[in-house]
Formats: sequence, structure tokens, C-alpha cells
Amino acid sequence: MEAYISGLGNISAQETFDNSVFLENIKKLNPPLAFCIEPNYKEFIQPIQLRRMGRILRMGVTAAAKCLNDAGVEIPDAIITGTGLGLVQDTEKFLTAVIENEEKFLTPTSFIQSTHNTVGAHIAVMLKCNNYNFTYVHSNISFESALLDSMMQIDEYPGLKVLLGGLDEMTETYFKITDKAGLWNKYYPEGQLPQIPEKAIAGEGATYFIITGVSNPENYAKFTGVSTFYKPKSTEVITSNMLKFLSINGLTINDIDLVLLGQNDTAGDSIYNAMKSGILVGTNQGYYKHLCGEYYTSSAFAAWLAANLLKRQVVPDTVLLNGKQTKPLKNILIWNHFRNINHSFMLLSAC
Amino acid sequence: MPRRVVVTGIGIISSIGDNISETLQSLKSQKSGIGPLTILNTLHKDTFPAGEIKLTNNELELLAGEDIPEFPTRTTLLGIIAAKEAYRDAGLQPGALTSVKTGIVSATTVGGMDQTEQYYFDFFTSDRHLHYVHTHDCCDNTETIAECLGITDFMTTVSSACSSSANAIMFGARLIKHGIADRIIAGGTDALSKFTLNGFNTLKILNEKPCRPFSNDRNGLNLGEGAAFIVLEAEEIPVRENRKIYCEITGYANANDAYHQTASSPDGYGPYLAMKNALDMSGLKAGQIDYINAHGTGTDNNDLTEGLAIEKIFLPQIPKVSSTKAFTGHTLGAAGAIEAVFSILSIRHGLIFPNLNYSGKINELNFEPTLQLTEGAEVKNVLSNSFGFGGNDSSLIFSKY
Amino acid sequence: MAELIEKLKAEIIEALNLEDLEPDDIDKDSPLFGDGLGLDSIDALELIVLLEKNYGIKLQDPKEGKKVFFSVQTMADYINEHQKN
Repeated sequence: MEAYISGLGNISAQETFDNSVFLENIKKLNPPLAFCIEPNYKEFIQPIQLRRMGRILRMGVTAAAKCLNDAGVEIPDAIITGTGLGLVQDTEKFLTAVIENEEKFLTPTSFIQSTHNTVGAHIAVMLKCNNYNFTYVHSNISFESALLDSMMQIDEYPGLKVLLGGLDEMTETYFKITDKAGLWNKYYPEGQLPQIPEKAIAGEGATYFIITGVSNPENYAKFTGVSTFYKPKSTEVITSNMLKFLSINGLTINDIDLVLLGQNDTAGDSIYNAMKSGILVGTNQGYYKHLCGEYYTSSAFAAWLAANLLKRQVVPDTVLLNGKQTKPLKNILIWNHFRNINHSFMLLSAC
Repeated sequence: MPRRVVVTGIGIISSIGDNISETLQSLKSQKSGIGPLTILNTLHKDTFPAGEIKLTNNELELLAGEDIPEFPTRTTLLGIIAAKEAYRDAGLQPGALTSVKTGIVSATTVGGMDQTEQYYFDFFTSDRHLHYVHTHDCCDNTETIAECLGITDFMTTVSSACSSSANAIMFGARLIKHGIADRIIAGGTDALSKFTLNGFNTLKILNEKPCRPFSNDRNGLNLGEGAAFIVLEAEEIPVRENRKIYCEITGYANANDAYHQTASSPDGYGPYLAMKNALDMSGLKAGQIDYINAHGTGTDNNDLTEGLAIEKIFLPQIPKVSSTKAFTGHTLGAAGAIEAVFSILSIRHGLIFPNLNYSGKINELNFEPTLQLTEGAEVKNVLSNSFGFGGNDSSLIFSKY
Repeated sequence: MAELIEKLKAEIIEALNLEDLEPDDIDKDSPLFGDGLGLDSIDALELIVLLEKNYGIKLQDPKEGKKVFFSVQTMADYINEHQKN
């Protein structure tokens, strides 16, 4: 399965919206949470629509519009979305109203918008796009599920141009609750949680791709594989899954020119660190969550980063964890996990 | 030759039964599960009847078995019950190791909202109920069911409003066709919540009486709750292991109405595309469909536009059509899977289920739904429709194997 | 009446998030829906709640909305007619 990336649209905590520049002014994220740098939505969405759209809907629709424009696609053949949380702000708004007003005087807008597939649906309505429209909502493998679906569809019909997106929003309220519940504490094996837990910086983002089975020298890069798995019992299981994943794609670990790790900071966690000194010891290692923050679909940001690295053949220092990138970049492996529950691999290659 | 995907197990819980056999009994005796709300504690309990499962969470826990987590949501409990039944029905042992590459695709619209809405304000002020923060997300039911069944190879969760679990089944079939997995348990689960009940109430589409799908004086829908799962497998596995095969999934399609967030286009273009593309995929002619299990919620908008789309494809020969929403209510994220199970039962037992509470033909339509229970029919192909907010329209076709 | 109309305009702007509009931008006799202000069926549902919450008036038949919500003036007339003093 191969899917070429012909368009990008990315709203993140960095200046990523303009596709002609690439990580020129890196913004250092401050704990505990990092919000996106948002564009002027009025250039993309009519005011009459904008007025009832929450932040993630605005971000999603705008990043998608940018992406379609970048690829020169008017109507995609499928719209496939991954979002771990859906529309948090609208859900909170309606839920709060239900409780506070004791089920009286409720209005429909936030309820309608709270539905998880709202972003994909809204894009369809705006484009009058009658094609396949799916939304995956599985924690930190939501984007990977959407990618897998997209790649299967392209495998069936290589001519398809799929609008693929990964997006999640952060709200102060959501952060407050989930932080209390320990969601942002870095992963520690059972019994080893330190007194004062180290925390990830919570983030958000909306990243879109146009992917197609048709190769073109203009394409950024190509997705060549995606795989997910659940609660591996040991590092050995992760290692063996990684090798199996590479071998299905005809590669060995030596063919990987850069591995992008989902660790939150340079220190990493026990899972990443065991792998870094194990199978990945000879591989150039990089990371990305210091740029976008931790969120369920941050792997979409990682894929955006990888696509740019492969196209531009430069790895900015800020991405690298060990050494300097000397080889030309051909294959980038992205490995992410969230609290050692769901793991994912994505493989991107130069065109 | 693409892989054929067959159904080898089914499981269900809804207001008309806690399992397949009770469900079949209710369908045959035309017993609706819609009535006053007694479990969900809502201001509207005397106003809006619903298809509520008359078991408390504690009672559901007993049905779900001993291997369930400490603080399950109602959504997850329903899912476990239906998924375990489907697994056992397929001759599989929950928790047992298997060499078959197995995954789960589940669907829900509000996940653990049934607990979140009870403790939401407490989350800010106390630590007592924080475990429900972790069970709120849509993926919680999927992961918990996966653990009960012993699935680690593949999992994901779909959420696209009222077509969610039809989409889960569609994705499951596609995963098998592409060899990503050889066996997928697919379906969906949703518990009633104040969140959804009030949400639908703001849209003014809840009925104060039992719903009357495809009737001219239909006046809105009843909500329901439930879960259903089906075991999908690459044909060669049950054949090799000599296990029963209910039917084959021969067609599926998803299309978007691209008209409005909640209302469907006047001529039902999205529903038309979903049905037509599913038929094209199955290679069947319209005339070969024996029964349509319609989405048929009982709202003005849905039944008219779905009816028009059915006419556009099937006229002059409209197959038997019924909505089973008057049995179960609209079970949202579970509806597609629940009605897939009804469609499979239809093929298996030669049954066509009646459209209850019918009170007269919709003026703009030229056909009436089927009103009598048909037994001993030869049902070869069933089309099941599930349409949702955001114009998300899906059709599945099940065929005799 | 003029006072009620001004109050309604402000309430409509707030309830429907018409953030770019000032009360003066809304003509009291122009249609709120379709070619006028461009409101849609979801806005109609929001306006039903506005009547209920702010004026204690329950619209019995949602289909009535079309007439009641034609313009700010028709809304004001309806309120005057139905509000219990």
C-alpha cells in the first residue's frame, strides 16, 4: 500500500499554516498547555457559518481548506477524519447547560456540534461533497485508523484523492479535569510513579493531508505503512512488532534513516528509553511533541513533519535527539504511544 | 478474487431482549420495548417514552460476567454483554488465545456520558469519581470489550452519529478484505443519557408517544439504548474450522448527503447514493433485494427522504420495507449493528419484521411498509440502512451464504 | 414597542452569535431567514428557546415559527399578544 501526499494543511502550536515556510521561528511551548497559533478564519469561512462554529471546527475546516488548495483538489473522493476527543468545547457547553439548567431551556447548536463527526460533515456540506465520510475516535490511534482506512481505499482505487485529517482541541476545563485524573503524567511502569510526576505539555492541532495512489514529482512524500497494537507486555513485544512492521514493508531497521519518537521531551520515558538503547541504538532519532504538545492526534503532526523532512531533505536541529543527520532521508518511521496503552507505527518514504 | 466476508456470530441487547433468543421472541410476537423511562433519572421521564433496558447497572454487571472492570459505564456494560454473546455464538471462547488475526471495531456516539453527566461537576471539586474521566472517551468500551475477549491485534472506534455501528461493520469487512485482519468483531453500543435525550429534545424531534415510522402523521422518534456485535470472518476460517455461517456481507457503502448538519436533502440524495453504491458493490439488481430494514426513525424528514430514495432505486418493484425503530427506539450508535443483527436473523429464520404503529401512507410516497410478520419466507438479500447527523448515510447488504 | 424591538435585536444577536452585527444593522421588518439575515432551521430552534426563556412563551407548534419569526417586528407582535402581564 502506498499513498502519495499531494497537499498539506496544518494548524498547530507552531507557525505551520503557511506551506512555503518550514519551522523557521520555533516557539518554545510552556507548561502546562499549549494552544494553536490560529489563522484569520474569516478568509476561509463565511461569517454566517463562522458564528456557531467552535474552535476545533474552525481549525479543522480551515486546515482542510488550506490542504485542498495546496493539492489543487476541489472535491475529495473521501473525507476521513481521526479525532481522539471530537468537539470538546461544544460537548462541555451542552453538558454544563444540561446540568446547570436542570434540563430546561436548552438550545440545539452545541448539541449538534458536539457530535464527533461534525468536522468531517461540515467540510462535506461546505464542499457539497457526497463521498465517503468517516470519523475514527480511538484515543491516540484515531489518526492512524483514518490513515489505514484511506490507504485501503486507495489500494482499491488508486485514482482516489482522499482528504485525511487528524485533529483535537484542548480546553482549560478539559485540561483541569484530565490533569486531576493524571492523564498528563508521563508513563511509568506500575509501582514506579515518582512523588512529583513529570508532566507532558498538553497540546492541540488540526493537520490535513491529501493523499492519492497517483505518483507525481511534486508530491511531498508517501505513506507506505501504518500499524497499531494494544498494551504490549514488554519491550520485546514492541521490538518484534516493529521488526514485523518493517519487514511487511520490505525494510529492516537499517533502512530507517530517522525514527520520530512520540516522547514528550528529551528525557523520554522508560518505554522509549528501553527501545532507544535497544533496537533503535544505531538509528538516528528525533522527536516532535516539544513542537506541538501531547494530544491524541499529535501523530498527524508527526506525519506532517516527516513529509516535510522527506521533501526538503533537511532535519532542523530542534527535531534531532542524537547526532546529526548525515544520510539522505529515504524512510522515516514514526512510533508513538500514549501511556503504554495504544501504540502506533507509521512509515513515510521519499517519493 | 477478493476475499469473501461472512458472519459467524451475533449478539445483542436492547429493550426487546437481553440476548438473541429473547430478541427473536419479541420480534416474532411483535412486542415493542418502548415505554416510560424508569431507570434514567431525567426531568423528562414522564414526557418521552423510550426503548430503555429495564436493568440497573448492577444488574447489567451480573449479565456481563466477572471479568469486567471496577467502574464500568452503562455503555461499556451493554457492549460487553452483546460482544460476549456474539463471540460465543461464533463458537469462540472469550479470553482464549487464537492464532487467527483478530480485531475489534466498535462504535458509540457518547461513550461514557451516562456516568460523566452524573459526576461532571464533582470532577472539579473532589477526587471521588475521577475514574469516570478515563471511561468517558469513545474508545473505552472498545478497549474494555477487547480485554474481555482477549483481543490485542487490532482495534479502533468509529463515531459518526446514528450510522456509527453500520460504519464499524463496513470498516470491519474492509479490514478482512485487505487481509489486515482475518476476524473482526464489529458493532456498537450506546446507553441512554440525559445528554442525548435533552439534545434530541432541543431539535424538537422526540415523540411523546410511541413512534410511527413511515406513517403520514408520524411525529418524531423515540430514543433507545442497546448494543449489538457481529463476528465477521474471512470465509476460509469458519469453513476450515467447520463452524456455522449465518450469511455473507456482500455490499456496503457510505455516502454523504452534504446538505445540512441535521436535516436530509429534500430528495434524499445521500441515502440514495448509499443504497445504490452498496447494491453496485454486491452485484445484485434492485429486484433481488427481498427486504429493506429501513432507518425509519419516525421523523418527518427522515422517513420522507428515505422513502423517496427507496422509490428512486426500487420502483416499480419496491421490496418489503420496514423500520424496526418502533420495537427498539432509535439506539443511535448501536442502531446500525442492532438492525444488522435483525437483517441477519431475517435471512437465517426466513422472517420479515413488521413496521409497528403504522397509521397510513405518507402522502408523497407510493408505497406502504410491510405490516404483517412474514414467517417461512425465503430471504436471500437484505439491505439495512443507517443514516446520521452530518448527512452520514450508510447501507449494508447481507446475503444468504 | 420600540423598546421591546431594541431588546429583541440585542437578544437575537447574543443567542445566535451574530458577533459582527449591531442592533442597528437589523431592520425590524426585514426577513430574518432566507435572503434576509440568512438564518436557518437551527436558528429557529434557538429562537423558540429564547421566547420560552426570556418571555415565558411556549410555541406550541414549531411550524408556527415560520410566521412568528418572520421578522423582529412579527416576533415583537407575537410577544405582545401572548405575554401574560
